Amino acid sequence: MKTRDQHPRDAGVERPRAKAELPPVLEDPRELEKTWADKPGLWGWLCSVDHKAIGRRYLGTATVMFLLAGGLAALMRLQLSRPENPLMGPDLYNQLFSTHGTTMMFLFAVPVMQGLGVYFVPLMVGARSIAFPRLVAYSYWMYLGGCIFLYTSLFLNTGPDVGWFSYPPLSEQLFNPTKRPDVWAQMITWTEVASLAVAVSIITTTFKLRAPGMALNRIPIFVWAQVVTSFMVVFAMPAVMMASTALILDRLVATHFFDVDRGGDALLFQHLFWFFGHPEVYIIFIPGTGIVSTIITTFSRRPMYGYLPVVLALVSTAFIGFGLWVHHMFATGVPQLGASFFTAASIIIAVPTGIQFFCWIATMWSGKVELKSPMLWMLGFFWVFLIGGLTGTMLAAVPLNVQVHDTFFVVAHFHYVLIGGAVFPLFAAFYYWYPKIVGRMLSERAAAWGFGLFFIGFNTTFFPMHILGLHGMPRRIYTYLPETGWGPLNLVASSGALFMTAGVIVVLANAWRARYAGALAGDNPWEAPTLEWTTSSPPAPSNFIYSPTVGSAYPVWQDSPDQPIVVGLRSDVRDVLVTHLLDTEPDHRSVFPEPSIWPLLTAISTSLMFIGSIFTAWAVVYGSVPIFITMVGWFWPKSPDEGGTQPWPATERTLPLPNEAPEGAMP
Amino acid sequence: MNARATVDVSRLAPGGFGNRSLMYWGTLGMCLIEGTAFALTIAAYFYLRTRNPQWPPDGIAPPSLLWGTVNVVVLVLSGIPNQLAKKAAERVDLRGVRVWLVVCLLFGVAFNAVRAMEYFTLNVLWNTDAYGSIVWLLLSLHTTHIITDFLDTLVLTTLMFIGPVEEKRFVDVEENSAYWYFVVGAWLPIYGVIYWAPRLI
Repeated sequence: MKTRDQHPRDAGVERPRAKAELPPVLEDPRELEKTWADKPGLWGWLCSVDHKAIGRRYLGTATVMFLLAGGLAALMRLQLSRPENPLMGPDLYNQLFSTHGTTMMFLFAVPVMQGLGVYFVPLMVGARSIAFPRLVAYSYWMYLGGCIFLYTSLFLNTGPDVGWFSYPPLSEQLFNPTKRPDVWAQMITWTEVASLAVAVSIITTTFKLRAPGMALNRIPIFVWAQVVTSFMVVFAMPAVMMASTALILDRLVATHFFDVDRGGDALLFQHLFWFFGHPEVYIIFIPGTGIVSTIITTFSRRPMYGYLPVVLALVSTAFIGFGLWVHHMFATGVPQLGASFFTAASIIIAVPTGIQFFCWIATMWSGKVELKSPMLWMLGFFWVFLIGGLTGTMLAAVPLNVQVHDTFFVVAHFHYVLIGGAVFPLFAAFYYWYPKIVGRMLSERAAAWGFGLFFIGFNTTFFPMHILGLHGMPRRIYTYLPETGWGPLNLVASSGALFMTAGVIVVLANAWRARYAGALAGDNPWEAPTLEWTTSSPPAPSNFIYSPTVGSAYPVWQDSPDQPIVVGLRSDVRDVLVTHLLDTEPDHRSVFPEPSIWPLLTAISTSLMFIGSIFTAWAVVYGSVPIFITMVGWFWPKSPDEGGTQPWPATERTLPLPNEAPEGAMP
Repeated sequence: MNARATVDVSRLAPGGFGNRSLMYWGTLGMCLIEGTAFALTIAAYFYLRTRNPQWPPDGIAPPSLLWGTVNVVVLVLSGIPNQLAKKAAERVDLRGVRVWLVVCLLFGVAFNAVRAMEYFTLNVLWNTDAYGSIVWLLLSLHTTHIITDFLDTLVLTTLMFIGPVEEKRFVDVEENSAYWYFVVGAWLPIYGVIYWAPRLI
């Protein structure tokens, strides 16, 4: 086991490159760490703009959300375990399934994937920070605000109760005079602000902060997946914000967007919602495939088979993903031509996913597969997602879709797709990257138990739902009669939930134990090829003592021992190297912002405005004043010599314009 | 022992204008997000139009042309001081930046005032029917942008007068101009939809 007092770059002794003598450099490692570290104590914690700290918070909060929403699901399974179960009534059950779906989609699946991106994208591209770190800090606080708001509302008996897509007219004031749909709609605003902010940061990080040498064909596939997802977020999330805002307006100030009596149309909501909602599935699934490609590569001990087709598959999935939202609306009577078009698009999207599947298989086939814990979840992923994909192409066909619409067949399908496509890869990612984030190894034996229990539990719970759906059991019913004959299969499904719960507990216990008692991980326990494994575990505050350059797509495996490192960044300020978008030539340096309390204060003022605007439209007006004040506080520079990089007054411009060649000597 | 090769970046400039800067890409991202919101709202406008036999519905006159058209002129003209502020920023000309930002702000006062007049001449209220709702939403989405862009420029102008000025602040001025163009550019299709779609289409 490597000791921590070694220099991080020397620690990976198995790599020949570490033997090369380090040159005299301008950076002072100790000063560098001091510059990039958070301030101590609670204040430092609240002010942090370190993407690793924020990433950990995203992952931790999303895990709590997963457990809470999983708990709600367990309660639902308990209720449905036998006919006419008196455990709960329809009102509570409606809140449970609505909050379960809302949490899983908005507060777990998207944030957990973005949290992984916030933590790992800068590390994988060799950057010292994520772009716009204060914006990312703000995004986390907004996300946390949405979580607290939803669950406070649920415990006040005001949880959303009209499903995770909250269709009007059921969600309109006339049919739902409580505040429950408003809670749903405003929760959307919180989380979408957060995920849009992260998306812009991840795109900019990947475009401008890549290590020199990381041309487009050397970007890790995980990072490609994150960028593609971020673009989908940029184009999809505004749609759901429009939908939920229009819903609030209908309910609060008597607009008539969805009111058929006054020229509105309830289907407008469905169009807007699913224009977001279908891409949303891929926003969740594409990072999942990025994880799969990463882990398959590492444990097959060979470069990814078909890097280019896989990247193109990700991009084309994103494009096609915007062209099939109407298949969620086949039961609303869309014109036949439209239905045919969206059927075709829904089947076509299986092609890029198929390409990825074959590339994964080819990688494993031609590699030397090591069956470590992350790979167990990969095997589970193949099985589960394949079934979900197959029922997906079935549901693309209008006759079958209309027949099983709103039944448990659909419930089974999307749990196979989402748990298969996102949660199984996430568990794999958890085992894969835990050593990097925490610095210690998880128990492989406990990992196998966790996987086994969860895999059996998952299939036992959700496979019978296909059959229940085909037998006509509708979704979103709080109970059913014994004569339906649905009792036995429901009991089987509910018993599976016990196994899943046990599996999750084993995983959590493993993590808890490893936190204190796990073997030290060292820099690169899996001998993985990407840059995040070249730094210490957990990474130092500045990510890399010496910023890397890369000469291949798999730097640890393929770069020559004397691959150059970047020197000349200042260590007394948060100096970051910015490179050209396409060829990653070093372009200029940028001093990144210090930790700050303002992102938190801005998130608090934004949250207060959001809460107020559920009750009165005027909150938007007077709630904007604190937001303005906090934003000014955020943007106002600290002092004349903050950063001290550019003496002023200047007599002439020293910063280059876009069309000028970069200044500064390059080797 | 062979010495490790290095790439020395110490002499690179501490910043850059235009698409070199991170701020450019952040601003572009925000324009994409908000542009998508505009486009979707326009799509919703035409969707609702297909759901109504008459558009605008019976008894409602199309929005009066005067103030909306005045605002097209004011917003497009505001591009001139905006461009001059941008050029001054690229010369690191503090005096020029101050002058043209103030002129921009005067334009900002003008187009926000004209916008208030527009609301009074839409000839429909948001709670009359779906037509009124979507017209008000479309106009208000853009109003949010001209108000925030005005405030944003106000803060930046104040900073350029009293704040700690560094050369990289001029990159902020440049990016502020880019965003201003987006807000002006977004108005043209929205103006067309609100004022001309009920008349021509």
